[in-house]
Amino acid sequence: MKVLVIEDEAELREIVKESLVKEDYIVETASDFRSALDKVSVYDYDCILLDIMLPGGSGLQVLDLLKKEGKSDNVIIISAKDSLDDKLKGLELGADDYLTKPFHIAELNARIKAVLRRKQRDGKNTLEMGNLVLDLNERSLSINGESVALNRKEFDILNYFLLNKNRLVSKNALAEHVWGDNTDQADNLDFIYSQIKNLRKKFLAKKAKVDFEAVYGIGYKLVEK
Amino acid sequence: MKLANQTLKYLSISVLVVIAVWSTIFYLFMLEVIHDNIDEELENQKRLIIQELASETLVSPDLEFGINNYKVREISEQQAIKMQNVYKDTLLYMQDDDDPEPELEPVRMLTTAFEHKGHYYELSIINSMIEESDLIKNLFYSVLILFVLLVVSIVSINKVVIQRLWSPLYRFLDQLTKFRLGKSDDKPAMNTNIQEFKDLQLAVTTLIHHNEETYEQQKQFIGNASHELQTPLAIMINKLEMMAETGGLQPEQLNTIAEVLNTAERLVRLNKSLLLLSKIENKQFLHNEDLSINQLVTHIADELEDIAAFKNIKINVRQQDELKVRLDSALANIVVSNLIRNALFHNMDGGEVNIAITENTLIVANTSGKTALENEHVFSRFYKSDASSKGTGLGLAIVQAICNLYGFSISYHYDKSQHIFKLDFRPAYQHK
Repeated sequence: MKVLVIEDEAELREIVKESLVKEDYIVETASDFRSALDKVSVYDYDCILLDIMLPGGSGLQVLDLLKKEGKSDNVIIISAKDSLDDKLKGLELGADDYLTKPFHIAELNARIKAVLRRKQRDGKNTLEMGNLVLDLNERSLSINGESVALNRKEFDILNYFLLNKNRLVSKNALAEHVWGDNTDQADNLDFIYSQIKNLRKKFLAKKAKVDFEAVYGIGYKLVEK
Repeated sequence: MKLANQTLKYLSISVLVVIAVWSTIFYLFMLEVIHDNIDEELENQKRLIIQELASETLVSPDLEFGINNYKVREISEQQAIKMQNVYKDTLLYMQDDDDPEPELEPVRMLTTAFEHKGHYYELSIINSMIEESDLIKNLFYSVLILFVLLVVSIVSINKVVIQRLWSPLYRFLDQLTKFRLGKSDDKPAMNTNIQEFKDLQLAVTTLIHHNEETYEQQKQFIGNASHELQTPLAIMINKLEMMAETGGLQPEQLNTIAEVLNTAERLVRLNKSLLLLSKIENKQFLHNEDLSINQLVTHIADELEDIAAFKNIKINVRQQDELKVRLDSALANIVVSNLIRNALFHNMDGGEVNIAITENTLIVANTSGKTALENEHVFSRFYKSDASSKGTGLGLAIVQAICNLYGFSISYHYDKSQHIFKLDFRPAYQHK
């Protein structure tokens, strides 16, 4: 999988690259409008992360070019501006998603996975890990072939972890993903803790080959046992 | 006091003073002229009487004031020599046509002396005078009529002048009253040839322009500052997350990372809320559509069902009516969601959130361990009833900003140990 990161802020570009390399993607970067145009016109990428405000031009122009070549459907716009107009324009130009800075690494991973999965189009819409199979169409979980009942939030949480296999998912990232954007209550974190405890019980009962590994004070990793 | 009335007041007082001074002077002049006239008359009469006496046509001179209005009295030579012509005002009993009996009337009297055939005589001649009180009375009435006439004409001239000349100013004033910085597109303007009004308009336009610039800059500054903070915050959070992911860290180190990360998250939420407020005030959300508040409430209550159950709180939704409102769907979501979340998170174990939807209002009430909140601060930015709360203190301020944008009214009261927030979707002018 080849991913292009177009971002002018060096530190952010590097950290995103570092994270994507961990996911075993081949990562290329572009830091300004010109080099971005050069790269997208020469190479094909499975996913492009595109900053709108670039030195030398607008990310939307890059998107326009991609659209003309029919390649804009794998673009995720990353913008510091949570502007509805930019969002609508970006999505109109065929961008797949719009992510506002600052974002969590886990959220970026989840969005990229969503883009990549849509590209596969093999009809299969499941996430697998160890002996776990999460069916996204049916919204159901089976462990070792046996179906396990999940409530709505448990499903959302597990889904998020399966998009971030072996990666740290912070409680804040999880709360934001599961509860939507404008969550600012610390109480949610306790709730998430209890949901994870429930999931863990279900894993144990069905002898799942995965487990949550707590990262002290910050969040969890879903790892294979 | 209106300019017209004020002008009238000063003009009337001035006119009154001027007329009073003028009529006094006029009266004195009149008296002077009358006296001069009478005195000449008396002088003339004196000559005639003395001539007649000398020619002896007058057989017996009057010894008392009679038909000829004079009297003659013999005096000694010494007295006659000392005597000069004396004019004086005095009173005499006289009977006019309109008087039922004689009464004292003012007269002018000339006393003089003359010699006739070696005898000396004193001659007094009188001439009736205009009564001063009559004069004053008549003068007063004419002056009063003049004054009333003047005031009436001033009022009517004023009225016409003000209507004609000042009308651009009044229209301008009206526009200025309705003008709202950052909200009105039309700048107050007047169509006039009067230099002072033109100057005023120029001054006001300059002032408004300057204010608008400052206001724009202020608005943009908050927005820009928040935007500029987004990227550094992203770098900070992502670096910390990547750092926490690498193995081999001690629990104390992880703990520090967690604390910094949480602080950074708070900063992010604060920044997002400020950005949202700035966007609401900049009217960047105006994709209005007809929304069912019922659907929105049911959806959000449903979303929060799990966490409510976890906190052992019951959410009751009572839909008395179907409530449809025209507004931006993102903002509608924020308003309803903030109110319900607020009610849920400032609640207590075993508590309730009671939501009622009526024809025009959405009422969200919740139980809580706390007593009534300070009414005037509930919707203030950064107000927290509990200082240790990790919230931004902007949730209800955002609700209010949205209500202000659409002219909805939001109020808080505490009743039967419930905190009650009432949102009335009717435009403010309809129910006040």
